[in-house]
Amino acid sequence: MIAIIKYNAGNVTSVQNAISNLGYESIITDDPALIRAADKVIFPGVGEASTAMNYLKERELDALIKSLQQPTLGICLGLQLMCKYSEEGDTTCLGIFDTPVKRFPENDIVPHMGWNNFSSAQSPIFKDVDLNNDVYYVHSYYAEINEHTIATCDYILPFGTAFQKDNFYAMQFHPEKSATVGYHLLKNFLEL
Amino acid sequence: MLKKRIIPCLDIANGRTVKGINFVDLIDAGDPIELAQKYVEQGADELVFLDIAATIENRGTLVELVKQIAKEINIPFTVGGGINSVSDVSKIINAGADKISVNSSAVKNPKLISDIAQEFGNQCVVVAIDTKLIGDTWKVFVHGGRTETPLKTLDWAKEIETLGAGEILLTSMNNDGTKAGFALDITKQVSELVNIPVIASGGAGTKEHFIEVFEQTKATGALAASIFHYGEIPIPELKQYLREQIINVRITN
Repeated sequence: MIAIIKYNAGNVTSVQNAISNLGYESIITDDPALIRAADKVIFPGVGEASTAMNYLKERELDALIKSLQQPTLGICLGLQLMCKYSEEGDTTCLGIFDTPVKRFPENDIVPHMGWNNFSSAQSPIFKDVDLNNDVYYVHSYYAEINEHTIATCDYILPFGTAFQKDNFYAMQFHPEKSATVGYHLLKNFLEL
Repeated sequence: MLKKRIIPCLDIANGRTVKGINFVDLIDAGDPIELAQKYVEQGADELVFLDIAATIENRGTLVELVKQIAKEINIPFTVGGGINSVSDVSKIINAGADKISVNSSAVKNPKLISDIAQEFGNQCVVVAIDTKLIGDTWKVFVHGGRTETPLKTLDWAKEIETLGAGEILLTSMNNDGTKAGFALDITKQVSELVNIPVIASGGAGTKEHFIEVFEQTKATGALAASIFHYGEIPIPELKQYLREQIINVRITN
């Protein structure tokens, strides 16, 4: 069973649809017991960082997420909340990845919205993924590159678009909305 | 590099795709789910579904259709038409849409834009502007293009950016359905005025029209309907052509 963490952060239906289309069962839940018992955990999210962190803290989901041992995947806001700090709402985040999240300088259109490519490093999550494909982004804040960055993207400036540390994985783009290549990445995660 | 987006639009009325010229004389253009799937396979970058009957008949957008679409397609899509409140948005987003678009309701109540942005994030708020050249001024029209408002398009574009819109879908009523090309002047003006993505809409008839709009304006996406519905310009052929003309687009491998 795949647990998708339920919190007040936008549309998780599409994540569940994608997992279902890939042949896996999932449950959208904020029940700590169900999350702990899941084979894999997905931490999705679109929304505002401080509101989302407050919601997680009120339900003590912040400590729970940090303590997870199974493969756990943060998507979009999920990635940003797994970082140390976000400029959005001056928010202290989970600190799984020791890097800050900053707002894009307004040198170009913000949000970064649309299809963009990424570069890969070695990670099982990129197994057999053709890097000439683009993935779908929509975000106004970015995570700075650090030692746990496994892929970067360039928009206004280079930023970390995928991270991995131990059992924690994260993607800034939306694999569930990135057509065939996105499904491939999700499948790689589900097969870890 | 960020790619320019090619966005087929499906105008929906009573569960079917329809297309009219200058917003009237609607004719049937097929099943929305089938069309949507075809477009995804062909490499469309996003889809827009506009329930054009919703405002007129004063009913909510078809949540069930949105659920079905969300199950069938794996690229982002926007749903618009008849969205008047945060609660309408909530239903559409929870059904699986990535973004919603508002038009008449935002003109009537601009605060709706900031309310939606606060609740669901700026990225989810597309404000659609239907614009028409009146004399030498581009004005905003509402109610499916039937009602002129006092708003000037450029003033409104700036205001909705300030209110928290994530994107502007700019349709020129003068050009819509004519296949004579996008309205380059107003698209250029709006896209240079705001710092959020602008999607050009209305008038696409040839592949060259897409080159024009991407070369001469800062639009990051171009939307069209009939040329895709009737297979006049297949998306893969359009994208191949754009790439040959050094416009950066997503090519699916």
